[in-house]
Amino acid sequence: MGASQSARTEHEFQDLADRTGFSLEQIGNLNKRFRQLSKNEETLSRQDLASISALDNNPLRAQIINAFFDKRNLRQNEAGTVQVIGFEEFLMVMSHFRPAAMHITEEEREKLRREKLRFLFNMHDTDSDGTITLEEYRRAVEELLSKAGTIGQETAKAIADAAMLEVASTTRGKMEPDEFYEGITFENFLQILKTFDIETRMHVRFLNMDTATMRCGK
Amino acid sequence: MPAMWHSTFILVMVLLAISRPSLASQARTEESQGTGNATEHTITTLPIVIWKWEEIHFPYLVALWVLVSWLCKLVFQQNPCLTSVIPESGLLICIGWVLGGIIYGADKVQTFRLQPFTFFFYLLPQIVLDAGYSMPNKLFFGNLGAILVYAVIGTCWNAATLGLALWGCWLGGAMGDIDTGLLQLLLFGSLIAAVDPVAVIAVFEEVHVNEVLYILVFGESLLNDGVTVVLFNVFNAFVSLGGAQIDAVEIIKGIISFFVVAVGGSLVGVVFALLITLLTRCTKNIQIIEPGFIFVLGYLSYLTAEMLSLSAILSCTFCGVCCQKYINANMDERSVSTVRYTMKVFANGSETIIFVFLGISAIDPSIWVWNTAFILLTLLFIFVFRFIGVFLLTWILNQYRLVPLDFIDQVVMGYGGLRGAVAYGLVLLLDENTYKEKKLMVSTTFIVVYFTVMLQGITMKPLVTWLKVKRAAVAERTLAEKLQNRTFDHMLVAIEDISGQIGDNYMRDKWNNFEEKWLYWLLMTPFARKSCDPIFNIFHKLNIKDATSYVKEGERRGSLAFVRNESKADVDFNKKFDADFSEMMPYIMTENMGPDHVPVSSILRDSVPSVCLDMHEQDLKMRESEDFDAHHVLQQHLYKGRKQHRHRYSQKHLEVSKDEHEVQEIFQRTMRSRLESFKSAKMGVAPPKISKHLKKDQPQKVREDYVEFSEGDSASGCEAAGSSFPMRAYRGAGIVNPAFMAEMDTMDPMPPMQQIPSWLAEAEVDSSTVAPSQRAQLRLPWTPSNLRRLAPLRLSTHSNDSFLLADSPATQEGISEPPPPPPPQDGQGRGTHK
Repeated sequence: MGASQSARTEHEFQDLADRTGFSLEQIGNLNKRFRQLSKNEETLSRQDLASISALDNNPLRAQIINAFFDKRNLRQNEAGTVQVIGFEEFLMVMSHFRPAAMHITEEEREKLRREKLRFLFNMHDTDSDGTITLEEYRRAVEELLSKAGTIGQETAKAIADAAMLEVASTTRGKMEPDEFYEGITFENFLQILKTFDIETRMHVRFLNMDTATMRCGK
Repeated sequence: MPAMWHSTFILVMVLLAISRPSLASQARTEESQGTGNATEHTITTLPIVIWKWEEIHFPYLVALWVLVSWLCKLVFQQNPCLTSVIPESGLLICIGWVLGGIIYGADKVQTFRLQPFTFFFYLLPQIVLDAGYSMPNKLFFGNLGAILVYAVIGTCWNAATLGLALWGCWLGGAMGDIDTGLLQLLLFGSLIAAVDPVAVIAVFEEVHVNEVLYILVFGESLLNDGVTVVLFNVFNAFVSLGGAQIDAVEIIKGIISFFVVAVGGSLVGVVFALLITLLTRCTKNIQIIEPGFIFVLGYLSYLTAEMLSLSAILSCTFCGVCCQKYINANMDERSVSTVRYTMKVFANGSETIIFVFLGISAIDPSIWVWNTAFILLTLLFIFVFRFIGVFLLTWILNQYRLVPLDFIDQVVMGYGGLRGAVAYGLVLLLDENTYKEKKLMVSTTFIVVYFTVMLQGITMKPLVTWLKVKRAAVAERTLAEKLQNRTFDHMLVAIEDISGQIGDNYMRDKWNNFEEKWLYWLLMTPFARKSCDPIFNIFHKLNIKDATSYVKEGERRGSLAFVRNESKADVDFNKKFDADFSEMMPYIMTENMGPDHVPVSSILRDSVPSVCLDMHEQDLKMRESEDFDAHHVLQQHLYKGRKQHRHRYSQKHLEVSKDEHEVQEIFQRTMRSRLESFKSAKMGVAPPKISKHLKKDQPQKVREDYVEFSEGDSASGCEAAGSSFPMRAYRGAGIVNPAFMAEMDTMDPMPPMQQIPSWLAEAEVDSSTVAPSQRAQLRLPWTPSNLRRLAPLRLSTHSNDSFLLADSPATQEGISEPPPPPPPQDGQGRGTHK
């Protein structure tokens, strides 16, 4: 690796670090992981992610992978999906899982919270129309419970319905007889999860030290 | 009210004061005396009653003490303004002082004292077991690292610094002339270092701090008790060895023994947890003693660890922590709540007793030795070093924690270092010959306990409010939240996988997989495996809640058929999802909206329940409506046969007999009474024979009959209107089924009924002669006007109203068409069920 190239990456990383909030070491590690996954290509495709064997048992595998290719999560304000992502996009998605800084103001916390919840919301809202319909919710719940084994598909559906009704009743209060609930909007979503301290929980430990070598065969 | 209690109190106390003997010390002597007395007295004449106080006084006193302690607690609960200022533990200590003062005033010597043996073997185990059993597992294991750091390192730090600091002051001559040494002071430090779970639970449960903070303080207090006891034993051995004998080898041995005792104790606990779980796999047939196993084995885990000189507290804690999930799934629901409540009763009871005795024991001049410097310095050092320790350890932990503990949390943690009964129990264990200053240590321990429990306990709440510590969300998790939570866990694992890290989530996921694959298979009954999923559980609970509110609503409206009556008032999902209307409809219809009793019985029977989309709406309405007692409702709607609740008076079985014949009899009785009530309504007269009979059997039944009549009325009315005749899965004594009305005539005069009891057969003949005309019976439901009358009818016990009601449809004769006869297969289906 030439000196000029490393200087360039150094510069790029610095730029990325400013935008995503990761430290330089973390970016270095994630970059290594990215190269490992993409087999040293510049871009990462769905197949690359799907080939991670540790994900096989994850019921949300498809949703998670989709989230990486969802334009809404790439901090671009448009809907739709992309086929391949570069390292920058990879980092953008990952940055949703960065732990919150120790001292942040109340507004910052609220902003962070909304961002994280938005990610979760987008994962359920597959058609990007701003509401999670019962249809979408059912599919998500079925998928989520599919690996649980003990819960059948019918039950999963019923659970989704019950949860949906619960959302409807908490967000709407009393409903008129001929009213119907078209789906969970983001505002509703915020409301039902208001006791859910996501800002302190939705994070992954991004180690500063190099862990890529610890996991072989991926 | 309180005044009354106070007088009760004083009575009991006077009684106690008169009785005078001591709790433990005289027990053994009494026993021998008791037998001696029996032989001494030669009977000259047959005594009618004898005064046998001496023989029973020990258990009697114990029972009285428990009673007095609980009465104290009751009094506090009557005065919420008092407990909001002073924590309960503090109040109990105060009561202890008062009681102790009374006893001392009467006896001039303190006869009641908390004996270490009583404390460690009869009072402490249940508290520890309860703490372990009701521990929030996920939180506990999620923070286990931090808890261990605080519990082990923190306690060692507290013990060492306190001992050394006191030793320094002693060397400096601050304490005057006391006979002690470094080792003794270290021992004293170790026994007083531990934060006491009893005191901490008592205070922190009232403050509701956030869950991480709670689990840190609580977990620490629980585990460090084990640590303290170990430290205490090690130092105790060192002291008896004498300073000269201690070399590096001994110290290393001490450290090794420390780990062996702690880890070994925990392992014993885990082994016992396994045993309990395996046992509950096969206790299905002896449900009465099922909960007993938990207690006995839990206690045995404590004793076994103690026997092996391992840490009993740790053993008991881990036993509770490890088995809770599996036994709750394995055992019957009733057993689970039995265990839960009994555990609380024991724990709370002994907690109360401990605090009262902590107060009582202090009222005894013979134990007090005052050394201002020693006591004040101890207080100061405890306070200061606790804070320093917490700050230091948190600083280290925060380097690794993803969510760092902020300064306020640390302050509360430091301030929450309450000392309690364990320290007191340990200090009493000291040998007075070796420890010349035992009395001073005891007095200091008292002061420390009082200071921390009273002062810090009282100021804890204002402090938490003042510092704006993040409070716990008291609300229960909703189903949607649970689902998000689950999503969340999987998502984090996936992200860790993708980013190639091995983190907490990864480990947890691996553990969950392992647990699901092997532990569930090993430890759970196949049935329990299904229901242990938390999401399924909460869903199940929701369904039961729905069913209850459904019945309540039915009761409120006077009929369980209301769903069909007012289907327009429900949230209509179908409107939106036209596409899957056909797919969704059947299962909603058959499972929920169809037969009246399905939501209750099918869910209670625990088939796979499915949600009824109507229910939540009803639920919402119910919140506004008046509250009915569900039990009452069910009692009224579930038919009780004459013999249905015949208990077998046996200690082994507690079940209601579900005899085939009885079920049938109930069915017949239902029809019989309905027919009669209808007839009486129609004719305007109460049938003499039947009512007499009913009075003989169940006098209140007559009134209920009218209720049911109205039910049947409205139900068949709307049924006919919808021209649908839903198939009813009639099985056993379910809810009164309105369909019987319409069906009556097809079976009239009920020839297929076998084995009609003689008392019924008599009425049978009677009814067939005066059977109402088929048309009148069928027409009745067709009047729209009669629905309005249902409410007054429901409340009335007179036949007049029903007469009016029955009369009005007669005027509409001819307008209405006869309803479709019940489908033949329906009758057959029922016939097979009979």
